[in-house]
Amino acid sequence: MRDRLPVIVLIARKLLSVILTLLLASFLVFAVSEFSPGNVARKTLGPYAPQESVDLLYQKLGLKDPLVERYGRWLGILLGLRADPLQDPALKLNFVDPRGARYFGNFGYSSLYKAPVNDVIWSRLGATAMLAGIAFAIIVPLSLTLGILAGMREGGLLDRTISVFGIVATSVPEFASGVFLVALFVVLLGWLPGTSPLTTGGGWPVWSQLVLPVSVLVLYDSGYLVRMVRGAMVDVMNRPFIRTAMLKGLSFPQVVLRHGLRNAMIAPFTVILLQINFLISGVVVTELVFAYPGFGRMILDASLFGDISLIEAATLIALCVAVTTQLLGDAGYALLNPQIRLR
Amino acid sequence: MTSPLLSVENLRVEYHGASGAVTAIPDLSFAVQAGESYGIVGESGCGKSTLLMALMQHLGRTGRIAGGRILFDGADLTAATRRGIAMVYQDPNAALNPTMTIGSQLAEVPMLVPGVGKREALDRARQILADVQLPNPERVMARYPHQMSGGQKQRVVIAMALLANPKLLLLDEPTTGLDATVEAAILDLISELRARHNTALIYITHNLGVVAQVCDRVGVMYLGDLVEEAPVRALFATPKHPYTRRLMACVPHLGSTKHSTSFLPIPGQPPSLARRPPGCPFGPRCDGFAPGRCDHPVPDETTEADHRVRCIRWAEPGATLAASAAPLAPSLPDDEVVLKAADMSTVYTFAGSGFRARKVRLLANAGLSFEAHKGGVLAIVGESGSGKSSFARVLSGLYPSSDGTLAFGGVDVGRRDVTQRTAAELAAIQMVFQNPDATLNPSHSTEFPLRRVLKKFGLAKGERAISAEVDRLFDLVRLPRGLRRQRPSRLSGGQKQRVAIARAFAAQPQILVADEPVSALDVSVQAAIVNLLLQIQADKRTTILFISHDLALVHHLADHVVVMYLGKVMEQGPVGRLFAPPFHPYTEALLSAIPVADPDAVQSRIRLKGDIPSPIDVPPGCRFASRCPRRIGDICDTIPPPLRDTGEGHEILCHIPVMTLSELQTKKNEFVFN
Repeated sequence: MRDRLPVIVLIARKLLSVILTLLLASFLVFAVSEFSPGNVARKTLGPYAPQESVDLLYQKLGLKDPLVERYGRWLGILLGLRADPLQDPALKLNFVDPRGARYFGNFGYSSLYKAPVNDVIWSRLGATAMLAGIAFAIIVPLSLTLGILAGMREGGLLDRTISVFGIVATSVPEFASGVFLVALFVVLLGWLPGTSPLTTGGGWPVWSQLVLPVSVLVLYDSGYLVRMVRGAMVDVMNRPFIRTAMLKGLSFPQVVLRHGLRNAMIAPFTVILLQINFLISGVVVTELVFAYPGFGRMILDASLFGDISLIEAATLIALCVAVTTQLLGDAGYALLNPQIRLR
Repeated sequence: MTSPLLSVENLRVEYHGASGAVTAIPDLSFAVQAGESYGIVGESGCGKSTLLMALMQHLGRTGRIAGGRILFDGADLTAATRRGIAMVYQDPNAALNPTMTIGSQLAEVPMLVPGVGKREALDRARQILADVQLPNPERVMARYPHQMSGGQKQRVVIAMALLANPKLLLLDEPTTGLDATVEAAILDLISELRARHNTALIYITHNLGVVAQVCDRVGVMYLGDLVEEAPVRALFATPKHPYTRRLMACVPHLGSTKHSTSFLPIPGQPPSLARRPPGCPFGPRCDGFAPGRCDHPVPDETTEADHRVRCIRWAEPGATLAASAAPLAPSLPDDEVVLKAADMSTVYTFAGSGFRARKVRLLANAGLSFEAHKGGVLAIVGESGSGKSSFARVLSGLYPSSDGTLAFGGVDVGRRDVTQRTAAELAAIQMVFQNPDATLNPSHSTEFPLRRVLKKFGLAKGERAISAEVDRLFDLVRLPRGLRRQRPSRLSGGQKQRVAIARAFAAQPQILVADEPVSALDVSVQAAIVNLLLQIQADKRTTILFISHDLALVHHLADHVVVMYLGKVMEQGPVGRLFAPPFHPYTEALLSAIPVADPDAVQSRIRLKGDIPSPIDVPPGCRFASRCPRRIGDICDTIPPPLRDTGEGHEILCHIPVMTLSELQTKKNEFVFN
């Protein structure tokens, strides 16, 4: 049997692969959004800017250079190795960043919000992270419990009830359940606010503004996860080692908790973590329905407007979230399943 | 006579499914005395496992005991009294929880007794691991199941059963799927534990050899009925029920070869439970079926003191068994060499781990040299991990050889993988694999793979020609043509293997590579498949490369045998020479591990210690040295042994001179000749 590597080597190797992934992915993001150089200058200046300004910017940014070279410069600005040329007063763009033109994490200037990307993006991300965090904290225990209860006795009454709930919950789209909940709790009962701007101006405390968006997400996402967990649990409960455990004389709850649970977690674990990515950048519909100042809605707005810097920044952040969950996933998977060894 | 430990009286078990109730066990009675070892044999689907599950009170949601009663230790068997019964399962890989350490899985059992704490439970677990002869129990406790070999896992499962201090141990095919050497060691362990704790055993198996070795009394089960029950010696000496006799006629003996007798397979297969015949359950498959007598319910009859039989014609033995099987006139190999391995080696390289990744080299085949003759059966035997399948992979072009040559038709095919081979070369070498359930695509009809072969190699052109050829192939493997359009899930294991054989012969191969083609099948089906292969070979003069770990079977059908260990040929020779002394010490150990289907057989008892070692970084001397029971000294570890020729192409790779081996072994192996 081969020796295990020291943990530090494993971590270093993992980090190296993360950095490589990020580099490659950021190049793809850059290439997709800035492939056509003429577009970049035009979009930065807006549709009504005179052609001379566009040409000047084209010169100034060196947009005629090959893609890889432009990517290098972009990366330099992001890492704080170069100054952002857009902040040059000679361009008369009036792009001012109080942090200066050259610092680590400089995502550039948002043409949509007329502010540095860093001033726009973090508050939006924070708002979404709050929504996602609360939703995730409810979704995971809820769907694990329901999935395991359903899957431990396949075909039982509990299984059938929970499975029907799962199918209904996943098949109702977010906007439909959003509208339905609003009709019930806002229009009919008047218990909750219909929009969630996260300000207290409307007279509703912030927590009450979170209830409906979180409910919509929980309903939609846990329906899917319950079905995943149930499937895995059914599978495990039919494996011979469960029979071994039962014939040993263990009680049914002992069999489920000690022998079923951990094995049933292995398959859905990765999918559960993927929900983080979905909750961070994929909940546009819910944010729109409740006018929630979130990350997903910001990406949508930026895309529609053509705010290249903001799109690039947002995609990169979403990527970082994805890579992090992936790392967590690998580590957790190895903890759950002793047959997996980290390489 | 004291009251029995377990007494099953008129037991009736039914399954209630969506399509109504079926009776798995109609009316079953038997008893097991304290300390007795009771064997139950029969083909798959005969209700053996249902009986075990009924004894364990674990019939699932659909099954229920519909009549009769089970008395255990003088009281009705209930969930509470069931504690005195423990079970050892068929597949130790599946029976253990992959995410729990061995120690915590074992400790659960003693902790079921109120008042036993974790520490005490772990102590008992450690002790019991030593009892089942696992070295270093402390380390075993901390391991996960995947870190252990199959034989070690089965020892853990046995230990788990013993922790319950059972009076009765149920063993459900505990050694099926294990190597013969490991099987022998497990059987030894079971006998020893039984003697020490005076535990009664119910041993379920389809292997009559195992029954002969470990059981005192045997019940033969067919379609939920106990058709015959007798002490083991009486059963093997005078089997009375035609089913028992047919089963025994399917078992390969070291006393016979394909040239002296052929197997007498049982025609057809057990009917499904829903279609139980009105009279004798075996009637439809019995040669002695007498209308008007056998289609009425058959009573149990006691023929001698302990011998029960359920056959109306048991007293007319000649009437119920067809004349003993004449040999099939199998083909004899001629002088033409079809395949010649010359010093052929296969090396697998793996990327190592760590920053300075050192390549790990695994020598799967080390300098193989042998020849296969046209029309002959070349058998390759050895434990798992001996490199048998690696050789098959090279021959079939799935992996290239690394050194030496593998000459087929004047070409070194070893270096050419499937993509580099010509269509003719591909067609000429065909495979039949071990597990027929996994080799056929479940979503294609059974004729689909045959048609594809015919089209791909252009052996039949046009729909009518192809269809006629498929019919011919179905006839060749004795499959009803009506099955052509069925999905594989509708077929039995034996039928699936026939489809796989038909597929192989569709390409009109010169060499058929059969990798353990019958080891997953019942003996009765195995006998039929072996007969079929020999029959087709006699007609077509195909060369068969038969890879197997079953030495008795190899003795029956092979012409030339190659014994491999850790990638190297230890001994090879014509079948007559190989199965007579002198043996290589490894062959000797393999032979002594065969469960011989004869309770009176005197067998030398040589057991190999431990498992086959890792093929990475093998020592420079003899590869078998670390486990060799006849090791003579340091020379075995340091110097490669010489190849000793004993004549007639019989070669032994060993430091011990042939004469010495001969003397050491002659006395102990009389059984080989009887």
